[in-house]
Amino acid sequence: MIRLLKKIYLAVMLLFMYAPIAVLIVYSFNASRSRSVWGGFTLDWYAQLLRDKSIQRALSTTLSLAFLSALLATIIGAAAAVGIHSMRGAFKKTVLAVTNIPVIMPDIVMGLSLLVLYTYLFHFFPGIKLGYGTLLVSHTTFNIPYVILSVLPKLKQLDPNLYEAALDLGCTPIKGFFKVVLQEITSAIVTGAMLAFTMSLDDFIVSYFTKGDGDNTLSTIIYSMARRGVNPKINALSAIMFVAVLLLLYVINSFDPSKAQKANGLGLEGES
Amino acid sequence: MKTRYLSLPYLIWALVFIIIPIGLVVYYSLTVEVDGKLIFSWANYKQALTPSYLLALWRSIWLAFVCTVICFALGYPIAYIMASREYASKGFLLFLFLVPMWMNFLLRTYSWLSILERNGFINSLLRLLSLPEARILYTDKAVVLGMVYNFLPFMILPIHTVMKKMDSSIIEAAQDLGANGRTVFLRVVFPLSIPGVVSGVTMVFMPSVTTFIISKLLGGAQFMLIGNMIERQFTESRNWNLGSAVSVMLMVLILTSIAIFTVVDKDGEGGALF
Repeated sequence: MIRLLKKIYLAVMLLFMYAPIAVLIVYSFNASRSRSVWGGFTLDWYAQLLRDKSIQRALSTTLSLAFLSALLATIIGAAAAVGIHSMRGAFKKTVLAVTNIPVIMPDIVMGLSLLVLYTYLFHFFPGIKLGYGTLLVSHTTFNIPYVILSVLPKLKQLDPNLYEAALDLGCTPIKGFFKVVLQEITSAIVTGAMLAFTMSLDDFIVSYFTKGDGDNTLSTIIYSMARRGVNPKINALSAIMFVAVLLLLYVINSFDPSKAQKANGLGLEGES
Repeated sequence: MKTRYLSLPYLIWALVFIIIPIGLVVYYSLTVEVDGKLIFSWANYKQALTPSYLLALWRSIWLAFVCTVICFALGYPIAYIMASREYASKGFLLFLFLVPMWMNFLLRTYSWLSILERNGFINSLLRLLSLPEARILYTDKAVVLGMVYNFLPFMILPIHTVMKKMDSSIIEAAQDLGANGRTVFLRVVFPLSIPGVVSGVTMVFMPSVTTFIISKLLGGAQFMLIGNMIERQFTESRNWNLGSAVSVMLMVLILTSIAIFTVVDKDGEGGALF
């Protein structure tokens, strides 16, 4: 009896999680623009979506932004983690506290504080404007902490004797670093990079404040469409993105033996 | 090799793009613009403490609180069932609860728009059954629903993590000592899961109290949470000084609640996301 209740409860909750997505996907094939009438099956909205130049541009902006900001954040963040690891005392504590700021601070404050900074800087450098550059800097800023925070625990686990052994055996410090330390933390760097990539893909608020008038990411374009009410093109976009997410998760999981861990590592770190 | 210097690029980056921007927001909040010059003044804070702002602040806290309670009530049983022995091997199910999180946040919110609107899915269904129309969209209910839908996984995951780590021999010991199922839960399992609950509560409450998108899409353009107040000052009203003051208030609110939550979860074993 209790077993059955548990099953029913889980089923109802899963229905709650997936019903909205399912409804969107079903409506994306509805020929009628209205929600209450089923006007027959159509792929028209998909065709319109694929022809939409502004959505194409937003998609390529989103992807290149996610890729470049993750790359920048990974380089700066991984180096920073190694540096922070060898710091001591109050300075280390301060640096770690600063690193936590973008993670704790509400996105809205993060976004507008960067907007304030850029506007302030534009007084001194009138040539530059809000645009792809400011988006890239902003995304990199909120991505770096995620890389640092995924690499640091791995460095803590690293046995310092290994590195010293390499030096004793005749490695130069630089060679020793690349052969021992970097080897050990590569998996954490990859996790951090993927985390950064997804954070950037999913971001709306920071982009909303720091983008220029002309640029759009997928999130900001969905927002401006959704504000004008229901739009079947967004349904089609949702369906495509949902399938893309499923595929991506499937690919990631089939690469990684510790499935659950990676599932946690991507969107959320389940374990601190 | 001085590996410490490897962090130099980051330190400069953090100074320019994290610390200085916050400093600027605080600076803007303490000044008003007179003839194109910024002059020190408390006027922004005075205005930020007028009833309309305090009301929005109160409403944000209240709705975030309601959302957190609902997420706890719905999420705790899910985490509990998933961690129980019969479901322990079914990691895939837990994974299913997390998949929607990877969907774009806006799309998840938008999906409720098309379900709740006047000619939406729910009302079509009600009409089919000749029941009266439900007016949910553009009310508090819709906003809370959107928050719960978006943030529920943040409650499930940390509680589940703590439950998974729980030593089953403690539970068995309680049973051996004669405790029935209810007592075991109330006196052993639940107290041990508190760290997970605390981080779950933090992770649901924080984004709910600061959201402005869910309230804008599901609550309508006139729906004012503190996030909407801030956003409006930075976009439509263009009073950055006032917007900065409200942001500083929001930051203080967040830091205070984090401080409170950290005191409750002293050992930080809650598997926090932050």
